[in-house]
Amino acid sequence: MKIRILVSFKDSVLDPQGQTVKNALHTLGYGFIKDVRQGKVFELELAGISRADAEKAIPEIADKVLANPIIEKFTWQIIDA
Amino acid sequence: MKFGVVVFPGSNCDFDIFYVLKNVVKQPTTFLWHKDHDLRGVDCVVLPGGFAHGDYLRSGAIARFSPLMKEVKEFADRGGLVMGICNGFQVLLELGLLPGAMLRNKNLKFLCQFVRIRIENEKTRFTNKGKKGQVLSIPIAHFDGNYYAPPETLEEIEANGQAVFRYSDDAGNLTEEANVNGSLHNIAGLMNKRGNVMGMMPHPERASEALLGSADGRVIFESLIARF
Amino acid sequence: MIDQKILDDHNLTRNEYDLVVKLIGREPNITELGIFSVMWSEHCSYKSSKFYLKQLPTKGKNVVQGPGENAGIIDIGGGQVIVFKIESHNHPSFIEPFQGAATGVGGILRDIFTMGARPIALMDSLRFGPLTVPKNKAIMDGVVSGISSYGNSMGVPTVGGEVYFNDCYSLNPLVNVFCLGIAEKEKIFYAKTGGSGNAVLYVGSKTGRDGIHGASMASAEFGKETEHKRPNVQVGDPFKEKLLVEACLEVMAQELIVGIQDMGAAGLTCSTSEMAAKSGTGIEIDLDLVPQREEGMTPYEIMLSESQERMLISAKPEKVKAVKDVFAKWDLDAVEIGKVIDGGQLKVWFGGKLAVDLPVAAIVDLCPMYERPVQAAAQSRHEIKELTHPLAGDYGLILTKLLSSPTIADKEWVYRQYDHMVLTNTAILPGADAAVLRIKDTKKALAMTLDGNSLYAHLDPRRGGLIAVAEACRNLACHGARPVGVTNCLNFGNPEKPEVMWQFKEVVEGMSEACRAFKIPVTGGNVSFYNDTEGVSIYPTPVLGVVGLIADIDALVMPGFKEEGDVVVLLGETREELGGSEYLKVRFGREEGRPPSIDLAREKAVQELCLEAIEKGLLQSAHDISEGGLAVCAAECSFFSKEKFGCEIDLHEEIRSDALLFGETQSRLLASVKPWRLKKLLGLAEKKGVKAAAIGRTGGKNLVIKHKERKLVNISVEDGYKTWKETIPNYFRIK
Repeated sequence: MKIRILVSFKDSVLDPQGQTVKNALHTLGYGFIKDVRQGKVFELELAGISRADAEKAIPEIADKVLANPIIEKFTWQIIDA
Repeated sequence: MKFGVVVFPGSNCDFDIFYVLKNVVKQPTTFLWHKDHDLRGVDCVVLPGGFAHGDYLRSGAIARFSPLMKEVKEFADRGGLVMGICNGFQVLLELGLLPGAMLRNKNLKFLCQFVRIRIENEKTRFTNKGKKGQVLSIPIAHFDGNYYAPPETLEEIEANGQAVFRYSDDAGNLTEEANVNGSLHNIAGLMNKRGNVMGMMPHPERASEALLGSADGRVIFESLIARF
Repeated sequence: MIDQKILDDHNLTRNEYDLVVKLIGREPNITELGIFSVMWSEHCSYKSSKFYLKQLPTKGKNVVQGPGENAGIIDIGGGQVIVFKIESHNHPSFIEPFQGAATGVGGILRDIFTMGARPIALMDSLRFGPLTVPKNKAIMDGVVSGISSYGNSMGVPTVGGEVYFNDCYSLNPLVNVFCLGIAEKEKIFYAKTGGSGNAVLYVGSKTGRDGIHGASMASAEFGKETEHKRPNVQVGDPFKEKLLVEACLEVMAQELIVGIQDMGAAGLTCSTSEMAAKSGTGIEIDLDLVPQREEGMTPYEIMLSESQERMLISAKPEKVKAVKDVFAKWDLDAVEIGKVIDGGQLKVWFGGKLAVDLPVAAIVDLCPMYERPVQAAAQSRHEIKELTHPLAGDYGLILTKLLSSPTIADKEWVYRQYDHMVLTNTAILPGADAAVLRIKDTKKALAMTLDGNSLYAHLDPRRGGLIAVAEACRNLACHGARPVGVTNCLNFGNPEKPEVMWQFKEVVEGMSEACRAFKIPVTGGNVSFYNDTEGVSIYPTPVLGVVGLIADIDALVMPGFKEEGDVVVLLGETREELGGSEYLKVRFGREEGRPPSIDLAREKAVQELCLEAIEKGLLQSAHDISEGGLAVCAAECSFFSKEKFGCEIDLHEEIRSDALLFGETQSRLLASVKPWRLKKLLGLAEKKGVKAAAIGRTGGKNLVIKHKERKLVNISVEDGYKTWKETIPNYFRIK
């Protein structure tokens, strides 16, 4: 089973790296880019766990380790059952 | 006063703080390995600077799960003294022993330079040998030193007087220019409500001998010993 | 089976191939060919350079280890030795600046701790094309970030270096990294196997497909098709290397190992064959036991992989478990992959079959050495074409222009990204003449500098070589340090071009003469050839790393003016020499003329004078005069002073004003002294046969330089400082 977790900064947190990327894109002529937020992608490969148990464990893992809840939020999905 | 310097895989400034505590401030000091479960009866635990676990995932994020951190947390909950420097401060934030989090420096570059920090509260275990408003010259060296806390948390910190040091200019003014990494409220060092856990981004161990440019950092160690 | 195309891909000539067949008595298989390809590459074998490098002086009473090992070792007394070397990582830094530079740092760190020394300092010499070109900016940004990320993570301070800009480096940036470590004299480790039966252990990161043929890439010119070489750049993991250094130093402290070698260029191939060759034994390994992070790797790939952060260790069988325990503590792989054997062969097993069976001597020692043809360059560029007479009144403007030339401008933008204070030994901040590190619990300090003016070397290679050594020693003298050893990185174009080979020969001859005159041994170094892209070569770029000892750290002298009202003294004399100067380049756009003359006896006398004056406590400050001449030097003395006050200087030499202010005559220092010590200093100078003169006073808000009473320069220190400080950051400011 493959899981993909996306971690990014909460909306209230300033993302200077995202801003830098946005400015660079504007300089290159892509003026239609309104905003850029930079984040992280984690792909976890699981074995020996049921889908139901995985659906309980993944948010826990994301909240406890992969993201810092003070400044980051996350979403996740199963990409390969 | 017995000090214990925690060593994580990737800690770098452990030698530096050990040297200052043992040879300059002349207190019994020991190293504490992150995989152990023994604080060896120390009076103050120091989490040093460096790149614990390469700063991979997030600075301090993996180090805070080290076996020894269980004992460190219990020690802090009992009122034991804990001091985190730079990476050590980041570990304390990830552990939740101090409020808030660290973001990348506002200029998106690693910064190594001398800065000035102002003592905000002289009634702490860490600053009682100094004076409120006193400006110290201490170096920083970090990539992720931009302190952040959500608005309610920040309000609480200020209301409780938990900010111990703030970035300032030579005269003690809290200017934007002096705040090289962009930290909210110019916060350079912070303690918990109880006052036994403190974290600071600047490196006092690098400013404890005049030969290296400044000895202003010694006041922190002297404060700890004075109230022991 | 082996056709010309395969030989070309492996950078081996037909003659070299025939020699391989002769040496091993048969045709090599593809893995064995790969082994010869890397070990006989220029980078690993020094086949074009050895012939000339032989003349470098390498002996001295304090030399513990000269060239030939991972690094050089000098005894500094008190039971301690310093271990140091410089290495290049040029070609990878062009392909992938961040990782190229980062892994360059990783590589040189390993060369140091593999000998048992804890690395305590890094320096880097960087050369880029002009910052007006976006690609050069991107390369510089990537390189500085890469060095910063690796060095900082390892906790080794980057304390100094240099950054030069010239068009010849646009397609060939140079990244030379120097590292120094400190060890106990009795606890040095070498790359040796010990007797047969000893275990061979692989420790560190898993092997992947990175950097295969990195060594051969460093031995070939770049052409339009180099994009595909991207997979040849290794990716570094500084955290792994930090664990590695701690684990290795721990097994060394406990004396659990016999020998150790790092896996750098040509990875497993180089480490196994060199360890065996040095010990006169053979070595046998089983690739099935090598920790791998990719699937389906062939023997060719495993042997040639340049995955980073790996070491090869030889240990007595009864110590193997203890070694493994230490590495397990640091969460590192430590696997016994083979053993030391008699007979001098490298035997490599794969899937139960013998994949490689070669005599180590053939791989390591019997690569042909070449005396490549040399041809002197045309001397016409020695003439400076007619210069317009210097215009009166705009010298202030010229000085400002020089201060805003990136080669001269302040480099804080660079070194602020390096942790230069970790390990709490850094006695002075970067930017001075040399880096100074205190040695804890002693009164001594180490001074170190990297120097090498490539424009001089281009205009007159022999003189360039002489001056590179002289200037480095002069920089050390300014801080009261006596040189104890030299390492050098020689960066050149394609040695198969006779003019390039001639440049190499001349530079090495110049360097040798200077090192002999200063009595400093060369303990090792690196040669980087083929810095050539689309037929355009770099200027010959000798980078000298010189290390010196300061007897008393409390007597440390700095380049900045200390107090107002001090007397400014010029030690040495100025001649009318504009050749090869930054002034000629910045004002007239010309790179011409003969570099300034260098008289080694005169140079030595000035340095001795400075050292003795410092020992006697006579000097308030001392700064070396180099690029930009006396005017830039005086400006820098103002900028480095704490309160940033200026000075007023009045010169009387009967030479062109611009040569007086901006010429780069050698063997000169600008010092400042308290008025009541002036007489003693001048007396000392006379005794040493050095021309010295009081030329002005420190103080005030302006930098004022007069020539025979005529005011040529009158700029505010604040304005000059601002220009100098903001030049490089302005290039990188996000608009």
